[in-house]
Amino acid sequence: MHLDHHLESSAAVSADARRADGSRRALRIGLGGPVGSGKTATVAALCRALREELSLAVVTNDIYTREDAEFLLREAVLPPERITAVETGACPHTAIRDDISANLEAVEDLEDEVGPLDLVLVESGGDNLTATFSRGLVDAQVFVIDVAGGDDIPRKGGPGVATADLLIVNKTDLAPYVGSDLARMAADAKAARGELPVVLQSLRSEGGVGEVADWVRGRIAAWTA
Amino acid sequence: MTRAALLVLADGRFPAGGHAHSGGAEAAVRAGRITDAASLEAFCRGRLHTSGVVAACVAAAAALGVDPGELNRAADARTPSPALRVAARRLGRQLMRAARATWPSAELDALAALFPKGAHQPVVLGLAARAAGLGPLDAAYCSLYEGVSGPATAVVRLLGLDPFDATGVLARLSDEMDRVAQEAVETGERVVTDGVDVLPARSAPLLEIGAEAHAAWAVRLFAS
Amino acid sequence: MDRVTTAAGGVRATARVLARGDGRGGTVLPVLEGEGPLAVRRTRGSGAEARVMLVGAMSGPLGGDHFTVAAHAAGGARLRVGSAAATLALPGQDKTGACYDVRLAVDEDAELCWLPEQLISAGGSDLHVTTSVDLAAGARLLLREEQVLGRAGEEPGRLTSRLTVRIDGRCVLDQELACGPGAPGGWDGPAGLAGHRAVGQLVVVRPGFATEPPAARTFEEGAAVLPLAGPAALVTAVATDALRLRRLLDGALASLD
Repeated sequence: MHLDHHLESSAAVSADARRADGSRRALRIGLGGPVGSGKTATVAALCRALREELSLAVVTNDIYTREDAEFLLREAVLPPERITAVETGACPHTAIRDDISANLEAVEDLEDEVGPLDLVLVESGGDNLTATFSRGLVDAQVFVIDVAGGDDIPRKGGPGVATADLLIVNKTDLAPYVGSDLARMAADAKAARGELPVVLQSLRSEGGVGEVADWVRGRIAAWTA
Repeated sequence: MTRAALLVLADGRFPAGGHAHSGGAEAAVRAGRITDAASLEAFCRGRLHTSGVVAACVAAAAALGVDPGELNRAADARTPSPALRVAARRLGRQLMRAARATWPSAELDALAALFPKGAHQPVVLGLAARAAGLGPLDAAYCSLYEGVSGPATAVVRLLGLDPFDATGVLARLSDEMDRVAQEAVETGERVVTDGVDVLPARSAPLLEIGAEAHAAWAVRLFAS
Repeated sequence: MDRVTTAAGGVRATARVLARGDGRGGTVLPVLEGEGPLAVRRTRGSGAEARVMLVGAMSGPLGGDHFTVAAHAAGGARLRVGSAAATLALPGQDKTGACYDVRLAVDEDAELCWLPEQLISAGGSDLHVTTSVDLAAGARLLLREEQVLGRAGEEPGRLTSRLTVRIDGRCVLDQELACGPGAPGGWDGPAGLAGHRAVGQLVVVRPGFATEPPAARTFEEGAAVLPLAGPAALVTAVATDALRLRRLLDGALASLD
């Protein structure tokens, strides 16, 4: 990663790896995916799994203001000052891709107010299969789909499925009930993604978010190396 | 002056956060005061001649080099709604980031150092115009156009208004925008010699009241 | 001051009030003078407060008139100014507009309550009101302005009203309302008044607001308490008529205590 890249200017502009004071900023991981695929539940599970070992914070991008943030607050996965909601004006994909200024500010304010941070999770509002994060906002992105959304989604592809740094196929426990073929989803995902990793996950089963948490730990290790 | 730079700065896709704000349109739609293209036009016209002209004069004055701190205080005094002051500063901060990345300038760096959490958006807009090699008339136009195109776009999303009708509204306001932009430059020039008190202070009561009501909603689509 | 005729042919008149603490907890009025259509009377005050009533000896202002009222609450004063009746802006034979200037000043340990009755903008009138308030740091103010657009069932006249409040030399509020025929477009649209015919403002300045500003809030979507960038709050309200407007303003004011 681009640790050495850092502008001469007095404050970070977007993807700079350093904060205005020269210290290394937090790793930023984006989570995107269609409505109801389990992004917020995955973020909540990651917070519970990682909060003892990492200093972390969450930025949510809701379609309707603050709903996801409020879910996380209710679940008390992190202290409230570590959760910020960005309002997106009915266009959640714009706020994570085309005009990332509000999200960058939210991330920087979290680092200023509760930092130093190791990790910021940026959750997109539920959107469609084309929504991806700008590289100016996040260092890595996770795309979350679920078995109930149709087992043909990996085959259909799209930028999220094909290019995300990690693809999560969520709610595998529901596969028998919705008639989704997990083996076929895994094979289609592999075909669409080549070497990029895929995790099949059920947050209700033993193991839960563990595999995804390990992937995050690996990214953190690379970031701070 | 460079027309191409003006297009870059005025482009709705310029990444400065405007897409998340409705300029008061969401509150007016909920209150049943904007229901169609005609009421959208009346809303935009009202904005243009109140908060719009004030913002354009501030932007023009900033583009002419008037002290940004004084302009920011003058903008505060002309923005009684705290929700609107917060929105203006937030948008100013976002514009500051986009402008510094696009047109690096010592003046913008100094402004960012002075107002790390953001100055009123028109103040930043004026300095961004300077950094882009643009003049006060360009700054005034950008400010005015943004002030009416934001609500128009928002109403397309909120009401499912025909986007051709919404664009027609903006076209019908063009002559008025031309006049107000000229006025804003003349006012900006007077600010240079006579100080910020000569800035206009025209206000729209329902924009202020609506902004506070909107800020208190639990569920909304737009930030303001 | 002598009553003079303005160049435009209207009446120029000034009223002045100066209030000062008497050093024994009361308020004296060393200056209390009006002229022509602007008369001022002391009425019975309560406790430390002096009360003054503006009495319109004739209706006005008419086109071409220029009225000025200046009130100064100096050290230790508690001054309350009201008016005996609503002010009615009427068209004059003169086609030029009328001006009404209000100049208020409050010293550090003084308080001014400026609570005149409504200003009614009658059809065909054209009035320009400027109200400017200069407060020292630590001064207290309660100011009410109410504008009623047109008498019952009447189209309003043209009214421009600018209100400027400075505290310790710093402008904390500068706002202008322009409405009626010939006002900039959209004044009665969804952003402006949307058909409401009564609009009003309260300005409340209390030193305590510097550390504990009131919370912003709205009332029935027709009024809002707006904490300003300074130890002051503005209440702004719109209503269908003067009675409802007063009720909204009173309710919002009570919420500040």
